[in-house]
Amino acid sequence: MDVEITVKLKKGLLNPEARTIGRSLNLLGYKNVSDVDTKKVFFMKIDASSKDVAKKQADEMCRRLLTNPVIEDYEIVTK
Amino acid sequence: MIGVLQFPGSNCDLDVIHALRDVLKADAKLVFFKEQDLSGLDGLVVPGGFSYGDHLRAGAVAAKMPVLDNVREFAAEGKPVLGICNGFQILCESGLLPGALTKNTSLKFICKWVEMEVCNDTSAFTMEYEKGQTVRMPIAHGEGRYFCDEKTLAQLKKNGQICFRYKGENPNGALDNIAGICNEEGNVLGLMPHPERCSEKILGGEDGRKMFECMLGYIKSR
Repeated sequence: MDVEITVKLKKGLLNPEARTIGRSLNLLGYKNVSDVDTKKVFFMKIDASSKDVAKKQADEMCRRLLTNPVIEDYEIVTK
Repeated sequence: MIGVLQFPGSNCDLDVIHALRDVLKADAKLVFFKEQDLSGLDGLVVPGGFSYGDHLRAGAVAAKMPVLDNVREFAAEGKPVLGICNGFQILCESGLLPGALTKNTSLKFICKWVEMEVCNDTSAFTMEYEKGQTVRMPIAHGEGRYFCDEKTLAQLKKNGQICFRYKGENPNGALDNIAGICNEEGNVLGLMPHPERCSEKILGGEDGRKMFECMLGYIKSR
């Protein structure tokens, strides 16, 4: 099972990387660019009996290691 | 005996050992993270560095190592645990301290001396400082911007858990100028600045030595 886990900083939390990239784009002349954001995506294969089982396991991984609930939200997609 | 917990990528472990052994004349030993056994130790320091290359999030991988379960038990017994820089990040990632340390607002690695206000004079590591006192310590980090939600911040304030606040300049954009916090009981403290790098005159400052003196005093009083 192919699994994609997208991790994003919680809404309202300052993302200095995205802010810097946005400013750089503006400096390059793209004055119409705003609200730049970044995400982190994990790609993995999980050997599981069903999508639900894989998703459940991925969710556990997110809570145990892949994300920090204080600052990040996540979304899991199984394919 | 004070243990200095060593992970792959720790790099301030020997500095802490030097401060404890040579400056404070205390018994201290390195504890490799695989050793697990913390019995026989009276206190623990989680030193700075870049455990596991800071991959994923600073301190995230070290925080999930089994030895942290032992650290949790160790702390629950009231024994003092000090997390410095990467050690602070590890304590937050493991849930021993609330909140998280995120990338500096400037996105730059900052290595400089900073001034801080002592905001707590009751914890195991601050009891010999004076509240309101200004101390000077060096920082060296890229992910030191403390963050927590409003509810947690209110609790930290209410319980007097904010131990150090940056004074004058906030170098990394930390919430409420927070440089260091402790748990509710006051026996677990984490801070971004490096007390071991200012524990003797030759290093340019001595304000950090008192933190280790407090720790030793606390151990004696138990």
